[in-house]
Amino acid sequence: MAIEPRVWRELGLSDDEYQRVLKALGREPSPTELAMFSVEWSEHCGYPRSRPLLRLFPKEGKYASRAEGEDAGGIEVTPGLTVLFKMESHNHPSQVEPFQGAATGVGGIIRDIFTMGARPIAVLDPLRFGELSDPRAKYLLKGVVNGISFYGNCLGVPTVGGELRFEEPYKGNCLVNVMAVGVVETEKIATSRATGVGNPVLVVGNSTGRDGIGGASILASHEFAAGEEKRPTVQVGDPFTEKCLIEACLEALGTGAVVGLKDMGAAGITCTTCEMSAAGGHGMDVDLDKVPLRERDMEAWEIMMSESQERMLLVAEKGREDEVIAIFKKWDVNAVVVGHVTGDGMLRILQHGEVKAAVPAQTLADPPTYTLPTEEPEYYREVQAADLSDLALPADMNWVLDALLASPNIASAEWVFHQYDHMVQTNTVVAPGADAAVLQLKGYKQGIGLTTDGNGRYCYLDPYAGAQLVLAEATRNLVCAGAEPAGVTDCLNFGNPEKPDRFWQFTRCVQGIADGCRAMGLPVVSGNVSFYNETPGSVVYPTPVLGVVGVLDDVRRHATAAFKQAGDVILLLGETHEDLGGTEYLARIHGEVTGKPPALDLARERAVQGVCLAAVRAGLAASAHDCSDGGLAVCLAESCLQGRLGAAVTLPKSEAGLRPDARLFGESPSRIVLSASTENAGRIQEMAKGAGVPAVVLGTVGGETLEIAAEGKALISRPVAGMERRWRNALRELL
Amino acid sequence: MAVATKMRFGVVIFPGSNCDTDAWHALHDVMGQPVNYIWHQETEVKGYDCVIIPGGFSYGDYLRTGAVARFSPVMNAVTDFASKGGLVIGICNGFQILLEAGLLPGAMLRNAAQSFICRYLTVRVESTNTVFSRAMTKGQVLRLPIAHGEGQYYCDEATLAELRAHDRIIFRYCDEKGELTPEGNPNGSLDSIAGICNAGRNVLGMMPHPERCSDPILGSADGRLVWESLLGR
Repeated sequence: MAIEPRVWRELGLSDDEYQRVLKALGREPSPTELAMFSVEWSEHCGYPRSRPLLRLFPKEGKYASRAEGEDAGGIEVTPGLTVLFKMESHNHPSQVEPFQGAATGVGGIIRDIFTMGARPIAVLDPLRFGELSDPRAKYLLKGVVNGISFYGNCLGVPTVGGELRFEEPYKGNCLVNVMAVGVVETEKIATSRATGVGNPVLVVGNSTGRDGIGGASILASHEFAAGEEKRPTVQVGDPFTEKCLIEACLEALGTGAVVGLKDMGAAGITCTTCEMSAAGGHGMDVDLDKVPLRERDMEAWEIMMSESQERMLLVAEKGREDEVIAIFKKWDVNAVVVGHVTGDGMLRILQHGEVKAAVPAQTLADPPTYTLPTEEPEYYREVQAADLSDLALPADMNWVLDALLASPNIASAEWVFHQYDHMVQTNTVVAPGADAAVLQLKGYKQGIGLTTDGNGRYCYLDPYAGAQLVLAEATRNLVCAGAEPAGVTDCLNFGNPEKPDRFWQFTRCVQGIADGCRAMGLPVVSGNVSFYNETPGSVVYPTPVLGVVGVLDDVRRHATAAFKQAGDVILLLGETHEDLGGTEYLARIHGEVTGKPPALDLARERAVQGVCLAAVRAGLAASAHDCSDGGLAVCLAESCLQGRLGAAVTLPKSEAGLRPDARLFGESPSRIVLSASTENAGRIQEMAKGAGVPAVVLGTVGGETLEIAAEGKALISRPVAGMERRWRNALRELL
Repeated sequence: MAVATKMRFGVVIFPGSNCDTDAWHALHDVMGQPVNYIWHQETEVKGYDCVIIPGGFSYGDYLRTGAVARFSPVMNAVTDFASKGGLVIGICNGFQILLEAGLLPGAMLRNAAQSFICRYLTVRVESTNTVFSRAMTKGQVLRLPIAHGEGQYYCDEATLAELRAHDRIIFRYCDEKGELTPEGNPNGSLDSIAGICNAGRNVLGMMPHPERCSDPILGSADGRLVWESLLGR
């Protein structure tokens, strides 16, 4: 009996894809095979729609990088020591069930790290929700933070950074991205390849249940219709099992008896068996009767599709499987031989003595790719042409500064990160809330800087320029901490790619990141694409979020934003232009999201960053803070309130022709505020001169107020204590 | 005061412990002491001067913090070790386990704010009359981090009177000036209690993490005072 089109369509396969399945098999697929193709060829697993574009990303940089074919990528911080990292989304599950959605997001990305033999050492969580005036946004925020706290804290992996953004377009589709970072001796990096005919294949970790069935193809590859009930497809996390799984896997890898290891993420056993086989150029026979199950009477396709958490597939060396099993037993974690590696490239799935599926692993692992049509969105010309010169000038700049400091996009996120254990493992040298987190690497002089950044508004207004502004800011955050940017991971959050205007946004963002990384000499080592972040009537801003890892050659030489010493000189690297388009000021104070985003010159950006990095590395800068959301005034206010010191500042005469609101709150990129002793400030200015970077003296640190004046006129006068209260309490008060 | 140049430390590992390596690092790499791990299945604790029950989520802590760990073989051994005068420190989850095991009196409730709290805060040294606090001065304000969801110490009135009368409250949460204020008490602990010892003064339980601030690069080195007290420095 021929399979009806309805069946494959409901599983998410197109008619064309179904024809390819027929051709590959030379017959009709069994139900199990059809299920396997549907998950493996879904956007979530196989990236058929995004893969061709992702090839644009550069893979090489100054630091040796590892960017191909495994669960995560990384850079070699110093010869012999690699830092692996990757960012992923758990947007759809979190929108449905925020606590478990976020919790399992942490669990999944951590597995991508330790599956390669690396000890997970940090997590960062960039989060985006609708405006907090909406009770649903509050509910989602609290649930997501609770979920991350529940899972990450129990695992003992510190959550050291992230972002928190609230904007209307995320109302129907929150973005919950998670970046994980691990460290491993380069020669001990494990692979996810299945090789060696006859080698035993083991399922390790949790038993398999019906949770999350079809999550990858159904949840993440389609838009939600309003009110649609998706709860059964969200998985449930067990951090204790994951903690034991981490220890057991790392211990097992240490024996040398493990040939390959892979995390069961989306599409569970299907994904791991087929991708490990394909990567190793081998096949696999797997007997589902041997898989530890949590529920009775599970069909073969259910076992193959299940997204039960905290599971891995492991290929051991033949004859040494008992050694491996003993380690898992010690940690009270399942480890069961379910099959073996074969030489014919076929993935054969057996149950009750019957062959339920027999497909060439390579075909299954290699979905067809598409080039989707693109079209410039209607709004684009309009926002590009917006004239902001007649924008009403606020009468009281103090009021504007107060309002921006209390914006949940700028205010302290400590309500969030105080719920995360950000210190466990005792590597956290600079804690969350800074431009970038700084971690020590025990036993090494070097350290790493970690940051994540996104800016949906900029990318909406101009996806190409916006994506580069994000890269510029993320890398600027790192140099402020004293870390040299070394490698990038990305999480690309977009709407429905089948809509040409959405795919245009995606294409332009990817091109922007690719060209930007090339100009900055940075490799993109790993990443994730999340499409279909839209519901009827609501689509997210195009939101590429970048995670960037930087290297401190001496971890003791780092900097933070806080002013340190009264009498220190305040310097501005870079210069201010009339950049009001897409700013927090324009959105928050004037209620508009329009204009061209700030103009970026990547060569200038690199030069400014170079001076800052050299100043921090030489120990010349007492503080360094990136000038971004809220502009120079917010940047200065943050350095004041974090250091509990005032400042007296006079804006440069050269800007006298600019609007005062642009001078205070405009978001011109490539600007960094440093403070230093008089002598060191002079040396920094010399370094800047040599690099062709403007470095003007803005004023001095001291007193109990922030005073900003221009051309003899006071613009801002605010007590530091009041600013600190406002900034520190704003988020708590909004909740 | 005995001055030991070296002490032999043991750090217990339960499945779910996650501050075990931090304690090991602080004692071994920072303080230069010999340290061994003790697996939760072990039935004997011998050859150590001091045993650390580290922080974490022993057995997942899905029931009640420390409630399962107290039944592990190693806890019988630790109880035996303590009864013979061996030194025991329970930090965070370790403190919770010592309460559940009855080595220290009282219980832990969920934080008054109902959420997990991880941050640096200040505690005041209330007693220097233990080998764990003898290098401190009474009233000294230490900057230490906490990281817990269930750290609201509670006990009945008689127990509290006993703790007070016998100088068994070692640390209290305080504000930056050393005053005992509601704002300075992060989790609503009874009498601002952050750390106590047993009647024999050889078992210490504390919620703040001294192992997280033994190296100044991590923001404070006040935690060293616990180790320096032990070592008689």
